[in-house]
Amino acid sequence: MSPALILQVAIGGVLMGLLYAVVAAGLTLIFGLMNVVNFAHGALLMAAMYATWLIHRSTGLDPLLQLPLVAALLFGTGVAIYRGLIARTLQIRVNGAMVQIFATFGLSIFLVGLAQLVFGSDFQSINASFLGGRTLALGAIVLPLPLIASGVVSLLVFLALFRLSRTEFGRALEATREDFEAVALIGVDRDRIFGIGWGIGAAAVGIAGVLLANFYYISPDVGTNFALIAYVAVALGGFGSILGALIAGLVIGLTEALTALVVDPSLKQIGIFLIYLAVLMFRPRGLFGKL
Amino acid sequence: MVGRAGRALLSRRRRELFFGVIVLALLAALPLGVHGAYLRGLIVLALLYAGLSQAWNILGGYCGQISLGHALYFGIGAYTSALLFTRVGISPLIGMFAGGLLSGLSALLVGIPCFRLSGHYYAIATIVIGMMAALLASNWDFINAAQGITIPFHGEAWQNLQFRTAVLPFHYVMLVYAALMWLIAWVIEGSRWGFHWRAVKDDVTAARSLGVSIYPSKLAAAAISGAATGIGGALYAQYVGFIDPESAFDLSLSVLIALPAVVGGIGTLWGPLLGAAVLIPVQQLSVAWFGSAAGGIDLMVYGALIMVLALSRPEGLVSFFHTRARQEVIDHG
Repeated sequence: MSPALILQVAIGGVLMGLLYAVVAAGLTLIFGLMNVVNFAHGALLMAAMYATWLIHRSTGLDPLLQLPLVAALLFGTGVAIYRGLIARTLQIRVNGAMVQIFATFGLSIFLVGLAQLVFGSDFQSINASFLGGRTLALGAIVLPLPLIASGVVSLLVFLALFRLSRTEFGRALEATREDFEAVALIGVDRDRIFGIGWGIGAAAVGIAGVLLANFYYISPDVGTNFALIAYVAVALGGFGSILGALIAGLVIGLTEALTALVVDPSLKQIGIFLIYLAVLMFRPRGLFGKL
Repeated sequence: MVGRAGRALLSRRRRELFFGVIVLALLAALPLGVHGAYLRGLIVLALLYAGLSQAWNILGGYCGQISLGHALYFGIGAYTSALLFTRVGISPLIGMFAGGLLSGLSALLVGIPCFRLSGHYYAIATIVIGMMAALLASNWDFINAAQGITIPFHGEAWQNLQFRTAVLPFHYVMLVYAALMWLIAWVIEGSRWGFHWRAVKDDVTAARSLGVSIYPSKLAAAAISGAATGIGGALYAQYVGFIDPESAFDLSLSVLIALPAVVGGIGTLWGPLLGAAVLIPVQQLSVAWFGSAAGGIDLMVYGALIMVLALSRPEGLVSFFHTRARQEVIDHG
């Protein structure tokens, strides 16, 4: 195994890790805001990927140019999920936490079924995109361009999320997270803030979905695996921490890539699981979490 | 000395036991009125899930720890019994207890780190550990990896738990399983442990201040729940004759084990049975009706049903049977 190959795999892992981080950021944002875990997060990723595929197939619009469109689409979906489902669960006083878990699980199963019905169970992929199949060679290190683009856009997403926390809205978000009853007294509409929070969380997943559709196969249950990684990333980074999601995503991407070098590829996730067990044992609140 | 409230509780418990015996008798007589292998098979599955979900309910309902990784215990029970039967020739009647023992031990092992977490954190931990087990199982050659294990027919006999006309005897096997799970829950409801667990569920701080040791309580609930789930897994393997990582360790199975209790009434005696009676037929029939022609509709029906029931009946279907006084206690208590 040459050093160049190891470096190439490591960089690939970091780039993939940035994408994991964006998926995890959407999850952790919603969780941090209102203490609700979205178990339909993987299904939203899947939906964004199919949306990208469908738009590409019917209009020929390149996935990268679809970024704002699909992000807006998923933002709307997120707001709709909050309005239609989550807001209702917040009013339930008996078994509220359990209802949230199973309502979002039900939504996930529903969406996977819908995708199966509309698109079938076969794998789809976008072949003729602008970046598809192209690579960038830096000496002995060869990286696929879609993956590099995905890493760059993911970084931009995090820049935007960090900037967002310094705006007026970001402060309202932070205040609502701290004490939603108090902010209601000063005229902040809780449902509006929570709804927008869900919108942003879903939009982040939407962007990840577009980036992923550019180089990954698409199937009704493609989201399961990414959701699992997002759970681990959120647990490692600390529930509710955007910075934690970024760092955890990078650690996971790198670990997964390097594990795949030494074990059978079908076992490449074992490294991620070992990290999770270590977090569970030694730092249950994660790197930047409060718990 | 038993006070007035105590006497009321005792008579309520006796009434429930009496009611339980009647339901058991009705279910035992059910095959007399239901013919056709398909319908009978449906009932066998519903009874199995009533038992499995009651086993889940011990930890998830009474103790309030929402586990979404119970497929792990199901799988360990199923695989242990199936391996002992196919490779060593040990009767599943013994194998299922070996499987239950291993499942119970692994539930303890999982509980040791996970019970330091609560709520969503705990649920996510069980999901991740469950999926880790699924990954390992589908790569472990000793248990045939992803190919799974086919249980060959060793001849019709109770000690093999194998029958040429498979459905009717299994009606009674699963009925005994579901009834035993119900009985365990009934005993727990009246025992010191049951009170401890419900205290842990309702208010950890208050429970601790009353001298309930939280961590050991959760571990005990997990061990019993895991072992009971493992036995159900062993019965399933014997009934279907085949198990693989997808049918024994998948996250969707963990959800399906929890759902009847959630839909019927979490932490209640009758919830899992009621939930299984509604959910399993709907799920199976929608697979049969829509599965082949328009794949996906079955999942949509299943998912929509979960959403609607969870939102409209957060305290479960059993609440339809509550008296108004009880309902007010739930609403305001």
